[in-house]
Amino acid sequence: MTKASARNMFIGSTVVVSAILLVLTIMSHQSYPERTHPENITEGVAWGKKVWEKHACIDCHTLLGEGAYYAPELGNVISRRGEPYVRTVLEVAAIQGWGSTRRMPQFDLSEKDIDSLIEFFIWMGNVDTENWPPNKEG
Amino acid sequence: MEYKYESQRVAYPFFIAAMLLFAGQIIFGLVIGAQYIWPDMLFPAIPFNIARMIHINLLVVWLIFGFMGSAYYLLPEEVEGEIYSVKLALLQFWLFLIGGATAIVGYLFRWHDGREFLEQPFIIKVAIVIVVLMFIFNMIMTMIKGRKRTSVSIILLVGFLGLAVFYLFAFFKPENMVVDKFYWWFVVHLWVEGVWELIMAALLSFLLIKLTGIDREVAEKWLYVIVGLTFLTGIIGTGHHYYWIGTPAFWQTWGAWFSIFEVLPFAAMVAFTFKMVSKRTRKHPNRAAILWTCGTAIVSFLGAGVWGFMHTLPQINYFTHGTQITASHGHLAFFGAYAMIVLAMASYAMPNIRKSRPSHQKAEILAFWIMVASMMFIALSLTGAGIVQVYLQRILAMPYMETQGHMGIFYGLRLFFGGTFAIGLVIYIYDFFFPGKTGSRGIEA
Repeated sequence: MTKASARNMFIGSTVVVSAILLVLTIMSHQSYPERTHPENITEGVAWGKKVWEKHACIDCHTLLGEGAYYAPELGNVISRRGEPYVRTVLEVAAIQGWGSTRRMPQFDLSEKDIDSLIEFFIWMGNVDTENWPPNKEG
Repeated sequence: MEYKYESQRVAYPFFIAAMLLFAGQIIFGLVIGAQYIWPDMLFPAIPFNIARMIHINLLVVWLIFGFMGSAYYLLPEEVEGEIYSVKLALLQFWLFLIGGATAIVGYLFRWHDGREFLEQPFIIKVAIVIVVLMFIFNMIMTMIKGRKRTSVSIILLVGFLGLAVFYLFAFFKPENMVVDKFYWWFVVHLWVEGVWELIMAALLSFLLIKLTGIDREVAEKWLYVIVGLTFLTGIIGTGHHYYWIGTPAFWQTWGAWFSIFEVLPFAAMVAFTFKMVSKRTRKHPNRAAILWTCGTAIVSFLGAGVWGFMHTLPQINYFTHGTQITASHGHLAFFGAYAMIVLAMASYAMPNIRKSRPSHQKAEILAFWIMVASMMFIALSLTGAGIVQVYLQRILAMPYMETQGHMGIFYGLRLFFGGTFAIGLVIYIYDFFFPGKTGSRGIEA
């Protein structure tokens, strides 16, 4: 193998796999209506995502397994704990935070924020994640 | 040993910034490691999510400073011409430093964009793009004005162009969280398992050419093989992040098959490094630089290659996804591939920039071994934690917090080795700023 042929293989294979990635990306987009139900992204769900980002929840929690590993997975939290429990946690957190072994700080959450986060978690729970997580504990 | 072109010295401030930000990163790493054990530490002034945000952002910023410094150092030698504009290099240095510092301080005041690794507020993101474009402009002009172009410099440029282009996906914040996550990986995966590997491989080739005296043609052929394998495996290998996040099931096949082979470029880097060193035609006096160079190939192979491979199959990943297994891989991979290549370049370049012989390297070599061993043990501690977590939580369905209660010993070990790592870094940084002030007298051969 010469340097030139190695370079050509680099260029050639990169073009091919990039084209495949593009195709698989388009196919992924085509699957989203069925898998994610974007029609259910109400104003509340969208606002809930913004609240999620405003408080950088992802830097303690995981969402669909991605994030930090300091606090529980929240993608399936509604089915794991039920809406009333999640609401309670958020309402208490809005006053004084939550938890002792892992400390969640007090976050300024309005009622709208809390309602929206719940809607957001419900929407997340309905995403088709190929049966992940293995059980309700996330 | 000394630099050949005056403008190479503009690398100096970049390396200084890299070292100081690295120290900051580790301070915050110790904070979050400690918060696993003493959750009230710095709470609520600096809660875990803010400290973690700072830890991972400092990581990325110091590494990019290191890449830029390395590029400014090697370009004049590679293309046989001065840097196009030292003024521009210094301007973009200060802009990047101010932008980065503003972002970090801003995080302490809860000013952030809330997405992991991409927490930089919009205006800071724009500043980063401008800085990187300035850098790339300087790089391209240097390469045009230089007497020659080399494969090393071209691959390095492609790496930086990729860094710039893929960062643009960071601006895309759709309402659909699944789409958000999909394109998030176009930044993160296509960076660290894509174009950043080009930067690493180019720097590695440069170092091996300089340190072993081997034929450039041979080294650059290896370089093309390595980066060819990187893209061949890593581009579709992006799919190993698409198993469980709402993306279609075909990724479990495509992503798995390609990412299994993502270990190959790292295996190739080990073979490349050790072959070149064994066939060397000169015994370079900078023993520390040779050590870092061999070290980065091996530790990146372990951290990125082996640890990555261990949890890439969907059958395994289904159980390990989002656990401390991920953290163990991430730490060892980032350190082995990217921290160590920057430290190798700094080790090689700094004596030249200072116009001194590499000497009294005992301190630096000690720091190397302490840091490498510590990071290996950090990775092993987190692997232990992850195995317990997978068994209890994912298989036995024990609740998260209860599971965490059984992992305490591993978090203790991790913090301990974080501490020893910090000690190694202190030795390294002291030696970086006060070279030759530690260790025995006498020049080494």
